[in-house]
Amino acid sequence: MTVVAPNQPLTETEVEAIKRDFPILAQDVNGQPLAYLDSGATAERPRQVLDAERRFLEHDNAAVHRGAHTLAALSTDAYEDARATVAGFIGAAAPTEVVWTANATDALNLVAYGMANASRGRGGADAERFRLGAGDEILVTEAEHHANLVPWQELAALTGATLRWIPVADDGTWTADDAAALITDRTKVVAFSHVSNVTGMIAPVEQVVGLAHARGALVVLDACQSAPHRPLDVQQLGVDFAAFSGHKMLGPNGIGVLWGRAELLDALPPFRTGGSMITTVTMEGSEFMPAPERFEAGTQPVSQAVALAEAVRYLRGIGMERVRAHEEHLARRMLDGLAAVPGIRVVGPPAGVPRSGLVAFDVDGVHAHDVSQYLDAQGIAVRSGHHCAQPLHRRLGLVATSRASTYVYTTEHDVDRFLAAVAEVRDYFGATA
Amino acid sequence: MNALDSLYQQVILDHAKARHGDGVMPDADASHFERNPTCGDEITVSLRLEPGTDRIAGLAWQGDGCSISMASASVLTDMAVGRTVPEFLALTEEFRTMMRSRGVGEPDEDVLEDLVAFHGVSKFVMRVKCGMLAWVAAEAAAREATASR
Repeated sequence: MTVVAPNQPLTETEVEAIKRDFPILAQDVNGQPLAYLDSGATAERPRQVLDAERRFLEHDNAAVHRGAHTLAALSTDAYEDARATVAGFIGAAAPTEVVWTANATDALNLVAYGMANASRGRGGADAERFRLGAGDEILVTEAEHHANLVPWQELAALTGATLRWIPVADDGTWTADDAAALITDRTKVVAFSHVSNVTGMIAPVEQVVGLAHARGALVVLDACQSAPHRPLDVQQLGVDFAAFSGHKMLGPNGIGVLWGRAELLDALPPFRTGGSMITTVTMEGSEFMPAPERFEAGTQPVSQAVALAEAVRYLRGIGMERVRAHEEHLARRMLDGLAAVPGIRVVGPPAGVPRSGLVAFDVDGVHAHDVSQYLDAQGIAVRSGHHCAQPLHRRLGLVATSRASTYVYTTEHDVDRFLAAVAEVRDYFGATA
Repeated sequence: MNALDSLYQQVILDHAKARHGDGVMPDADASHFERNPTCGDEITVSLRLEPGTDRIAGLAWQGDGCSISMASASVLTDMAVGRTVPEFLALTEEFRTMMRSRGVGEPDEDVLEDLVAFHGVSKFVMRVKCGMLAWVAAEAAAREATASR
């Protein structure tokens, strides 16, 4: 058996073997084998993940952290083991730094509304650093997904703080210098995506963290498009919070993660309150548990957490460096192929600059919706629309783009079929006439 | 005819390029804006009535969207002008019924004229809204124009 270096792209044989783990990919769509190029929106799940959730539900399922019966103990163990698995995957200092949420949107809202509550005086002196008011600034980028924009708009509106944003260049990218120009002593939070869901740009995280921390600002990282696709080490990056979703990384819907540094999580006032997050409750008031439980009110998505841990084990089995190398290889193949098709404008970093394995593009004279419909007729699934990034599209002068995104099960053949179909689109819609 | 060609009938592709009615109407009696938030398509439809009557004398629209929504706006312009508001609203209802048919039945070409080309769209649930966008905006503008008279 050949030993493959940990940073080498997957071989076609390896990808084919991986693909066989995904039952949904073994079907025809509209009479053609499915080429699923929409993993950036939601990833498909391997049999191992589906089996893990089913096995848990068939043997261990019960409410966690309550009850003393055997299944309650088994469930609680599985649930906490899952937390430890995810914590290890992202380089957290401890499992208690991992808070289960419904998804990344929920995780980002947890931080924003926790800060809103702190700004109203909740959390006492410990929550001082989360307080915002008039004169304070929240900094985002013009390229954000609405999930990492709208909660900050709301936080600004609730507290009187000012929302500012790092503008993007004509290709949708921004630099650490752009950030440096806007990070001041007034900046209290800097929130941005690690990898853009539209441009595929990889943010200069460590540089921005340096700038933000020098001014005492907190850094919130939207890791939705990085955690599934490349090695992620939250401590090495130095961020304060990071959010991602299970369903984008071979796991279930309904489970997401907020990671935060322990001392921050323990001081941030809770967003949702209720059962399981309290120590003492009287009719006059309540005391809250430390993190992560203080943020996990109510019945939790236990089987989803268990399945997400299995997804993490599956990804680790491949190796995240190899996942990254595979997707970057496919992205280059897509970029080279699209460059040869007249009338295609790819958004994102120029050729030669590292980017993730997704490519959004505009076809001159053909609306993105029509592009994806044409591809769908050949069994090729791509996303079309504004990808929850309206301000970015407005800045790019586009209403919508088409986006092809890759994952561990994407083959070169999938990419080649995609490229061949895209090359036909303008003719079909008469855009070349 | 394959599924894609039944969606993108030649009438639709032609209208998507011709875009009858694409423009502004400074003397409109009413205008209405509609957006499809899922895909970002948007359109503003303006119309004008013959003085003293409820007959649609002119219609113009400005919008950005896929070929289905742009073609539908173009056909709307051809078919709305010259009809009374009640006639137009009845036609819109006929069109809506066809668009909700999921491809079942045979549309009445005498009533729907060029709109029968959109029968194939009704099989693509995700695209029905694209086909209806301009008509929904025109429906609201027509009601407003008669109400404000």
